[in-house]
Amino acid sequence: MNTEKNINPKVVVKNLNFFYGNLRALKDINLSIAEKMVTAFIGPSGCGKSTLLRTFNRMYQLYPKQRATGEIMLDGDNVLDPRHDLNMLRAKVGMVFQKPNPFPKSIYENVAYGPRIHGLARKKSDMDDIVASALQKAGLWNEVKDRLDAPGTGLSGGQQQRLCIARAVAVSPEVILMDEPCSALDPIATAKVEELIHELRANYTIVIVTHSMQQAARVSQRTAMFHLGELVEENDTDKMFTNPDDQRTQDYIMGRFG
Amino acid sequence: MNSTFLHQARLKRQIWLDMLFRGMTRLSAFGVLALLIAIIFSLVVGSLPAIKAFGLGFLTSSEWNPVTDEYGALVPIVGTLVTSAIALLIAIPVSFGIAIFLTELSPRILRRPLGIAVELLAGIPSIIYGMWGLFIFAPFFADHFEPWINDHIGTLPLIGPFFSGPPMGIGILTAGIILAIMVIPFIASVMRDVFDVVPPMLKESAYGVGATTWEVVWKIVLPYTRIGVVGGIMLGLGRALGETMAVTFVIGNAHELTKSLLMPGNSISSALANEFTEADGELYTASLIELGLILFFITFVVLSLARFMLYKLGKREGQST
Amino acid sequence: MLTLYTRRRIANVVGLLVSILAMGFGLFWLCWILWTLLSHGLPALTPMVFTHMTPPPGSDGGLLNAIMGTMIMSVLGTLIGTPIGILAGTYLAEFGQRGWLAPVTRFINDILLSAPSIVIGLFVYEIYVVHVKHFSGWAGALALAIIVIPIVIRTTENMLRLVPNTLREAAAALGAPQWKIINFVTLRAARAGIITGVMLAIARISGETAPLLFTALNNQFWSSDINQPLANLPVVIFQFAMSPYEDWQKLAWAGALLITLSVLTLNILARVLFRQSATTH
Repeated sequence: MNTEKNINPKVVVKNLNFFYGNLRALKDINLSIAEKMVTAFIGPSGCGKSTLLRTFNRMYQLYPKQRATGEIMLDGDNVLDPRHDLNMLRAKVGMVFQKPNPFPKSIYENVAYGPRIHGLARKKSDMDDIVASALQKAGLWNEVKDRLDAPGTGLSGGQQQRLCIARAVAVSPEVILMDEPCSALDPIATAKVEELIHELRANYTIVIVTHSMQQAARVSQRTAMFHLGELVEENDTDKMFTNPDDQRTQDYIMGRFG
Repeated sequence: MNSTFLHQARLKRQIWLDMLFRGMTRLSAFGVLALLIAIIFSLVVGSLPAIKAFGLGFLTSSEWNPVTDEYGALVPIVGTLVTSAIALLIAIPVSFGIAIFLTELSPRILRRPLGIAVELLAGIPSIIYGMWGLFIFAPFFADHFEPWINDHIGTLPLIGPFFSGPPMGIGILTAGIILAIMVIPFIASVMRDVFDVVPPMLKESAYGVGATTWEVVWKIVLPYTRIGVVGGIMLGLGRALGETMAVTFVIGNAHELTKSLLMPGNSISSALANEFTEADGELYTASLIELGLILFFITFVVLSLARFMLYKLGKREGQST
Repeated sequence: MLTLYTRRRIANVVGLLVSILAMGFGLFWLCWILWTLLSHGLPALTPMVFTHMTPPPGSDGGLLNAIMGTMIMSVLGTLIGTPIGILAGTYLAEFGQRGWLAPVTRFINDILLSAPSIVIGLFVYEIYVVHVKHFSGWAGALALAIIVIPIVIRTTENMLRLVPNTLREAAAALGAPQWKIINFVTLRAARAGIITGVMLAIARISGETAPLLFTALNNQFWSSDINQPLANLPVVIFQFAMSPYEDWQKLAWAGALLITLSVLTLNILARVLFRQSATTH
């Protein structure tokens, strides 16, 4: 289960438990996320993979009845520590959501939103550079460079999702969390986003939750399989899909449940 | 990203601004609470002289005499309750019919304009209903309906005495009818809104097994929406109880307790509207304020009950609203 | 089987007929009222209505002071009530998940929303008019503000709840502090709905009569001093309509038509605005 030979861990999860009210949704999770690799979380619906993802940037704190215990070490700092600054954490850990959710503002303003909050640009020209580079990284620049003032909500679904990726990238995060980023997209848009994930891997640590086995196999180097709030297995993606250690993983990958 | 110190100062400020903003919203929410307490407190203080002078007898006395300075609230309380009851009796079935027509029967082209018409009419100021009632409806009612009511319903056993009296046009019954006309668009638009949120799938599956339109309305739409329907009715009732102008014009403003609905009466709000600015003497003013306190209490109870019912219904059906 | 089927069909036809009748019944009264309003109000609606003060009985006059007074008080009431309403509504929707304050406030707000407006008038009389010892435009504006607040609270909360959580999460994921998320993302997304609510609140208070009876009262003459009794359309309509003088009654009809038209216009504007913004998103 722990073949962490050439892995440089960016995030280390220790004894993590998560509760929705009284319901224990994650049970004693221990896991390392490799730096500058794509890690995929797979498992049947309700297994806790999205829940785990949302603890990495403490997104659950928006909802009063949700809480987490244990530790999540990001570069050696426990992000679950209440003293750990939330806004700083989220500048470091970006997030892309299931459905594209651009703000009701222009394309430019969508991307500039994060940098503006964190004061990353002093001049208008700096901001222009940040926006352009983020859009380029998200592979959207050529499609929108002539209409940066158009509303972000006017783009197609796939473009909106890449805009959201640009929005996350613009803050220069180190980790990007993706919660089923392609589930609302058509196959062509999905292919573009996956291509983008490949490129982003060079500079960012990426964690992606996905329902699609093929997608996990295509985009990730490491895969973690969850079932009923437990981590079943974590391994190199190649090994996971060819020769898994756990019977449940094999059953799930073969499509016997889930 | 090198200027970490600057960044941290910035974050400190944000945390402070967060607290400030939260505090402001919290203060405003608290203001609403304070407002209610202030309303109750000021009304109680204002009516203290009357409470001291008449005690609980105020509620059961039908006396209202500024000359001898003796006051009782029975007549206006009964007037308020009876006019509201008449209004709901008429308004509930009519509003229900209108809502069904708008959601299930109306041709598509008419649906929007008729719906908007109903909503707009719910927004017409109540004083307009009052004026219309006084100048148009009351004379019409006196000439064409009240003689008929006297002759046909007034002679019946049991309910007869309620419906006999001089055909004056103004009175409890007229006030109730005007109130009904006023709350119909209000209740109907609430009902229409809640009928509209019934998932089409639910209706389609009922039609799919061969249910008639009426059966779909009665057995699918109504059970699914009854929380909202009850809520709409209760809101309508709250409005009818507290309505001032539509009633004041036509109720007749007579401090007399009569059996007949055709006779003039009084309601709490119309007594206030007519007499408050002219009331002289501490006891007179205090009695009027106590009337206001009673009215507030009645609507408070009705609306609380509505809330409580909705809460229980919601709990039973596992819904959050 | 056949009889059951026939019975069901008859029930259906009868039920549907009754509902059509109900629609007709409702429309009948409402058309009658509107027609009355037009037929009595239009002839009385002369240019003089807009240029002259309210007259003593028996002479010519208009409603200028009343129109001005209504406008002043409606604007003031809205200006006082709206910010408080938006802030409190924001608290309910964004911060009110835990603790006792939010559920209690929500409950009280529902009560205030349907509270008899004449009681609001009594309240302002008790806390303000009694102490300054005279009726005034300020008192009227205060009473109207108290009516505006619960309406705005309700719409603000409802509209904020319509904003999808994913939008809040998106802003939070970028590290935006909460006050910025709410002010620049959530409230902005709900803006059209909230403005609609405010306009409906204005429509509501510009026709309110009862709370002004004991607060602003009336003023026969031109006055823009808000600290004095202030003429206003609803109360003028009430006094003139209840009077035995025919020319006063005519003016009352003109005022009634005027107030109904403006209330309806505000309603329609609010609707159009809301629909336009709904289609651009």
